[in-house]
Amino acid sequence: MKFQGYLRPDGKVGIRNYLAVIPTSVCAATVAFHIASQIPQAVALANQHGCCQIGADHEQTVNTLIGLGKNPNVGAVLVVGLGCEGVPIAKVAEEIAVSGKSVETIVIQDCGGTLKATAEGTRIASKMAREIAQLKTQEFPVSELSLGVECGGSDFTSGLASNPAVGYASDLLVQAGGTSMLSETTEFIGAEHVLARRAKSPELGEKIIQFVRDCEQRAKQMHVDIRGSQPTPGNIQGGISSIEEKSLGCIHKAGHSPIQGVLAYGETPQGKGLFVMDTPGQDVESMTGMAAGGVTVMIFTTGRGTPTGFPLAPVIKITANAETYSKMTDNIDVDASGIISGEKSIEEVGKEIFQEILEVANGKMTKAESLGHREFGIYKIAPTF
Amino acid sequence: MQKQAVVINQKDNVATAVQDLTAGSVVSFFVGQDVEQLTLCEFIPFGHKFALCDIGKGQEILKYGESIGSALKPIPEGSHVHVHNMQSNRGRGDL
Repeated sequence: MKFQGYLRPDGKVGIRNYLAVIPTSVCAATVAFHIASQIPQAVALANQHGCCQIGADHEQTVNTLIGLGKNPNVGAVLVVGLGCEGVPIAKVAEEIAVSGKSVETIVIQDCGGTLKATAEGTRIASKMAREIAQLKTQEFPVSELSLGVECGGSDFTSGLASNPAVGYASDLLVQAGGTSMLSETTEFIGAEHVLARRAKSPELGEKIIQFVRDCEQRAKQMHVDIRGSQPTPGNIQGGISSIEEKSLGCIHKAGHSPIQGVLAYGETPQGKGLFVMDTPGQDVESMTGMAAGGVTVMIFTTGRGTPTGFPLAPVIKITANAETYSKMTDNIDVDASGIISGEKSIEEVGKEIFQEILEVANGKMTKAESLGHREFGIYKIAPTF
Repeated sequence: MQKQAVVINQKDNVATAVQDLTAGSVVSFFVGQDVEQLTLCEFIPFGHKFALCDIGKGQEILKYGESIGSALKPIPEGSHVHVHNMQSNRGRGDL
């Protein structure tokens, strides 16, 4: 089992070869998009933050931007700063450059405004695009793949069929020496004891229990019933009655492999195997965290149907709800409804999903990619000041 | 015959309908290797749960072999189990 990938200077392997245009703050985002719109290989990130943030919240935004620049799917990076934002522009560029990839910076205030920064940025970006286009793919074992498992717009079919099938595929990847990442802490509430039992040490299990309790405590501080937000109104219509029920279904997408480590939002795992990342249950912020942690391909199960993609990694959509698949065929790559109707087993569909991951790693375009879906959002953990 | 409902774990006291099921109908499903039957008290929409036995007020609702909440009132065998008669016990800042 091999795939064609791009070897990065730090030894990591990507399955896409993007030129990432990273605005260090919301004030630089429009210029970043202007630049990326000129260059076919370039992808801009819709950063909504980056200024007037303090403490751990500021650090998290900075680290996430750096992690995204280091993602192995990124061949080169153009950092676009306004000039006066809180995020240190030079530090972001320097930290990304530690990975050995080519990094350039432009600052809008230094260039003299939108038009000059766009022109200068486009000139630099077009040169970088030509450079990374010269990189040839090479053959790598599947152990070099890093998978993120995500679910959104869940209904009862998610926990019953698509998540267990994705779990089967995740286990196949882990058994082959690859890396898989489960996130969405909110959706561990009520299932944390099941995950903790799978941790490689009791200390790690306790860490899982603790960050789930912390998440529940933050929700409780709002003095409301989390139900209505988690599960969402759509989840409830789809037959999910409580956060516990949603969580017990959600965790299936990480299969049954032992958990090797617990990661902070956006943190890169050390070693291979199955990891758990502490992120919100909100899909886009969760995906952004996993991509900052180095995930190069994502699998996304849905019951109600969602179109979500990601700027820096292909997202493979799966549903086991036959009606959703027929209504949203434009968005969904894999039909897993055979599990619900009894025509297919979880193992059969799990193998199909694993095969799809390999094909996408080899360049097959996902439906989210073909439709230009590039949803993006960094998780904030404190108010903006 | 098309599958009507799924019981995920033998400890569960609810089943999930995998098609719309009409009130008064007799549904069959597997519990482990055994086929069991019960009569539904009411309409169960596709994807929703029904009680496999009488569940007392405050008793835990079990799916995946784990607690997914508790009954807000007595739930008779064969009736719809959802947000109207069961509650989540986690993330409850309102209590």
